[in-house]
Amino acid sequence: MAEELHSLVAPYALDALDETDERSFEEHLALCERCRGELAGLREAAAALAYTAPATQPPPELKERILAQARSERPNVVPLRRKRNWTTTLGIAAAAAAAVAIGLGLWGATRSTGQDALARVLSRPGARVMAMGGSGVLAVAPDGEAALALRVADAPPGKTYEAWVIHANAARPAGLFRGAGVVKLARRVAKGSVVAVTVERAGGAPQPTQKPFLASQETT
Amino acid sequence: MSLLLTAAPPPAKAPRNLAHLSDESLLSLVASSDDNALAELYDRFGGIAYGLALRILRDESLAQDAVQEAFLGVWRTADRFLAERASASTWILTLVHRRAVDLVRREDRRRGDPLESAPEPAAAETVEEQATTRFQRRVVQEALRQLTPEQREALELGYYGGLSQSELAERLGQPLGTVKSRMFSGLGRLRELLGQAGLEESLSP
Ligand SMILES: [Zn+2]
Repeated sequence: MAEELHSLVAPYALDALDETDERSFEEHLALCERCRGELAGLREAAAALAYTAPATQPPPELKERILAQARSERPNVVPLRRKRNWTTTLGIAAAAAAAVAIGLGLWGATRSTGQDALARVLSRPGARVMAMGGSGVLAVAPDGEAALALRVADAPPGKTYEAWVIHANAARPAGLFRGAGVVKLARRVAKGSVVAVTVERAGGAPQPTQKPFLASQETT
Repeated sequence: MSLLLTAAPPPAKAPRNLAHLSDESLLSLVASSDDNALAELYDRFGGIAYGLALRILRDESLAQDAVQEAFLGVWRTADRFLAERASASTWILTLVHRRAVDLVRREDRRRGDPLESAPEPAAAETVEEQATTRFQRRVVQEALRQLTPEQREALELGYYGGLSQSELAERLGQPLGTVKSRMFSGLGRLRELLGQAGLEESLSP
């Protein structure tokens, strides 16, 4: 019976199971490490088949429709995202995703438009992701390597953003940046730290002179 | 410390350029409800997604429904994507494929023509493709040519036909076990070839 279920992994990767088989396989998948491992690779190969259909421009109003609907759902979605476990889930599986990408060589690499600092941290085994207020995310690898991805307006003229790693009531500078994007933190983030961002005079400050307008929860 | 961390009002938000972010980082931003990041992902994958949905559904309005539902699925569940152990592009294209297959089965528009004879929708306009998309298509087509005809047929019908494995076995006049093992060995070989293709390509000048 187990062999029978294992053998559904390829049709499942191709979405070629009927509802009954699909349900049985998903139940099996939750318990079977072997199938989860195989599925990751088979899915990458199956998704590659999408590239054999010619890319076709959808009508412009489709994008507007999708974005309008997404924005209208936002208030409902945000609280769900704060659920206890999602940070952990992201971290655990990041390593598996990285392994898959490596297995696929350049094929995997060319599909991402770049290896930014956040992606690099995410690819580390055991990396964790946390919300930075409602304005982005913080990713931290187990050794403390960390990156921020933020959506913020450019800093006002003569000002800069400064990131801080706050641990045991001491704030230490972790880098300056001008506006939105990905920032690699210049300082490692130990467990139990808070990462925060303030606006400082150009050139930065040795200690925060303002209240942070963005801060993470304590890292775990 | 609690005083230090009292939130001050953030500076006004402005549109920003996300073009330099990786797909995975964009998905992280989508998970924090960033609609600009969703728009950027749509710009990257909308064309491939629509092309895929059209090939399966052969109907523009149904294909748009599939793409819309898939991208809303991205919006609603981006926080779970890494749990699927996939790269961002695989995760997104898997959602699109799933929605398109659901729709084609509901509408009973399934078909079994091999890819070569698939008619292209007349009104659809082909996207001005990025070089990377063209490169990827070339790599996949080259890899598919190296499968056995039986493996290729099982993958193409399985992926684009919207058929279940049993329907496929019937259509091909083969035992179910044979069809399953062709799918498994075909996908496994494809994955291997894609990995090798990447390596060779990156070694060539
Ligand atoms: Zn199994």
